[in-house]
Amino acid sequence: MFQFSSDTILFGVLRLCAIAAGSVLLLVFVFLVVESWPALSNVGLVRFFSDESWHPAGENGLFNLLPMLWGTLFVTAGSVLIATPLGIFSAIFCHYYAPSWMARVYRRLIELLAGIPSVVYGLWGLVVLVPLIRELQPPGPSLLAGIVILTLMILPTIALMADAAISNVPKQYLHSAAALGLSRWSTIIGVVVPAARSGLFAGVILGTGRAIGETMAILMVCGNVVQTPSSLFDPIRTLTANIALEMAYALNDHRSALFFSGLLLLLLIIVLASLAETVRVRGEVNV
Amino acid sequence: MSKGWDPGLVLSWTVAVIVAGAFCWLLGDVFWNGLGRVNWQFLTEAPRDAGRSGGIGPIIVSTMLILLVCMAASLPLGVGAAIYLSEFTDSEVGFGRMIRRSLEVLSGVPSIVFGLFGSAFFCIYLGLGFSILAGGLTLACMVLPILIRATEEGFRSVPSEYRLGGAALGMSRTRRLLYLSFPAALPSVVVGFVLGLGRAIAETAALIFTSGYVDRMPSSLFDSGRALSIHIFDTSMNVSGGEAQAYGTAVVLVFTLLSINLAASWITDRWLYRESIGS
Amino acid sequence: MPLNCDQWRFKAEGNMNVHSCVKATIMLLIASFIGLALASCGNNDDTRKLVLTGSSTVAPLAAELAKRFEALHPGVRIDVQTGGSSRGIADARSGVADIGMASRSLKPEESDLFGTAIARDGIAIILHKTNPVEMLSDDQVVQIFKGTIKNWKDVGGLEAPISVINKAEGRSTLELFLKYYRLKSREVKASVIIGDNEQGIKTLVGNPNAIGYVSIGAAEFNVDAGTPIKILPTKGVEASSENVANGLFPLSRPLTLVTKEPPEGLAKEFIDFALSSDVHNLIKQLHFVPIQ
Repeated sequence: MFQFSSDTILFGVLRLCAIAAGSVLLLVFVFLVVESWPALSNVGLVRFFSDESWHPAGENGLFNLLPMLWGTLFVTAGSVLIATPLGIFSAIFCHYYAPSWMARVYRRLIELLAGIPSVVYGLWGLVVLVPLIRELQPPGPSLLAGIVILTLMILPTIALMADAAISNVPKQYLHSAAALGLSRWSTIIGVVVPAARSGLFAGVILGTGRAIGETMAILMVCGNVVQTPSSLFDPIRTLTANIALEMAYALNDHRSALFFSGLLLLLLIIVLASLAETVRVRGEVNV
Repeated sequence: MSKGWDPGLVLSWTVAVIVAGAFCWLLGDVFWNGLGRVNWQFLTEAPRDAGRSGGIGPIIVSTMLILLVCMAASLPLGVGAAIYLSEFTDSEVGFGRMIRRSLEVLSGVPSIVFGLFGSAFFCIYLGLGFSILAGGLTLACMVLPILIRATEEGFRSVPSEYRLGGAALGMSRTRRLLYLSFPAALPSVVVGFVLGLGRAIAETAALIFTSGYVDRMPSSLFDSGRALSIHIFDTSMNVSGGEAQAYGTAVVLVFTLLSINLAASWITDRWLYRESIGS
Repeated sequence: MPLNCDQWRFKAEGNMNVHSCVKATIMLLIASFIGLALASCGNNDDTRKLVLTGSSTVAPLAAELAKRFEALHPGVRIDVQTGGSSRGIADARSGVADIGMASRSLKPEESDLFGTAIARDGIAIILHKTNPVEMLSDDQVVQIFKGTIKNWKDVGGLEAPISVINKAEGRSTLELFLKYYRLKSREVKASVIIGDNEQGIKTLVGNPNAIGYVSIGAAEFNVDAGTPIKILPTKGVEASSENVANGLFPLSRPLTLVTKEPPEGLAKEFIDFALSSDVHNLIKQLHFVPIQ
């Protein structure tokens, strides 16, 4: 008898791998909390939302994160509102309206776009889109530019998820609808979309998460002025862009405040993930 | 089907044309402006004059080193975790459920947050400084959920007859895993690897505070090295007259990513499909 | 979890295909680790390394100095990272960098550090080349940056809205600019916030109705390279490196290399090299003013 058979060793090693992989999130969370602690204790939670502005450098720093929170919120909401119908109709197009060869090409295109790096979207936005918006209404880098770029970036996510959700609609639903003499459009609106709604919703949540977290493209096209926008053409700064822009030279409480905004982002994502989980569970119960 | 005007027809075609048009514009713009730049010299020379001229040789090397570190760290860990999750746990209860939830959240964490974490943990806490090692390890944390998800699916889809047959022949669990399940799940491991590689090579935000900006040929893993995506960002944002170089680099990056994605879908279509027919 | 700890060992050599699959994967893993190990071994001790971080104004100069220094001293590697003056000073203090770069002199509260000025530079207002405005008084500049003057026609230009390019917090170019014009950071109504000098110039080139301020060295370098910008005089004094050199230009600052301890070893060699007259031509090439 061996004291440790190869099975015991294997089991131990694999378990260790799983624990290590599972604890990465914990590690990230702990480090964000530890690093944002100085700001939380020196500045206090309230001042992140009540200070008069964001001027965190120097002796008497001011730490209002609200304008950037609004920036993140507006740019995310705008892009999700536009990308959702576009993505869902893309999937409907592939399933019900396009000739099969075209559906295949279109699907490939969307898959391809899902893999394009954000910095390439940013490059296009910076060189093509921003000057176009400047023609319309200076200065050019703006909330609008951010919304357009983000829409393009999250559209593939939403479209691919919608595509999968629509594929999973049971065939007998469609046969019944046809038997009832429903038109194609009525079938889609009345049968397919309701049946696929939990999948569609999951896609929208995934897209929202991606929009909240996007950094480089937003940094390149939004102008990065800390202000609550009053029009689509105002430049804005998001929480993510703020971190990318200032982390390189932030010190002390300022640096710690940036980690706090990272922590905020992480919490937002956790909320979104649990929302997605609820939807998934409920979807399974319903079907 | 009843005849008459179908609003879905008009709407879906309009959407398809807009979306396809926007994307052709984007890709067309990148290739139109960048393709002319790419040649052997561009791929091998060092950048000169802050990246206004010269090539991207050292940047390609740095990128590959970062990816190597990333994959060398995440592949064993990810495959190990995936085997454990699929072979030894139930996905919906207890320990397995907890780890799986944690990985799900992890896959949604913004890359800039990974950047913050990497800078605090790898660069400062572990003392790696701005280095290729720190950048690669940060990326490894990021691609772990992707790798595990794909690999786990592969192991779950191994027919249980394999395991039962192996057990009946008196093989130990280790041997069954190594000689039966693993080869059957190998295509999924490769798909996970390729998808993870794709995510890692596209990443920018997680690298700006971890692997840094130095655009020179790295002489060790402890040197700072600039990745392709950071070079695009830097030349397009911070260098007047740098767009041409940014476009050239973007073509190289997009082309690499396209090949990676094509490889992934080829493996999925051919290899996985054939395996399932074969079994 | 049930675990079969059976002692039976079964050789599955029959299936060569399976075998080679496993082998290939294991080889791949091992190869990647060996590659990793080899690459780390490259970090041998006979290369001496110096890390500089900080001001984006000093960085191009430091990078050029580093190149020449490396050429003269084989086996030395100097890495330059930009970030901003306060970052440079913090990194020098914490030891993350061997030398910090700052585009200003040390403040009284930084007297624990050791600074060496290696060149002088000024800060100038820049406009797009096509902008007909040739001159702005200090008061006009203040009003433009405060947002009380919003259109170029109010200062003798075309009918067009002004886009103000401001620098991000923590940059000494911003601090000195604000100090000279007696502005407060929160009074500035910016349209675009930028980090590096080059980013400011680039943004301005893309937007002909913008106004910005950058290091004179960076601005002159770009004018020479054919970038369509122009440099405005301040208080009637032409913003040029000559006028910085003879002290006429009102808004100037030293470019400083900062160390935690009195410089020694490689750091001292490098700083001495930066001060030597051999590199004056290099400093002038970048439109900075050598310290005599």
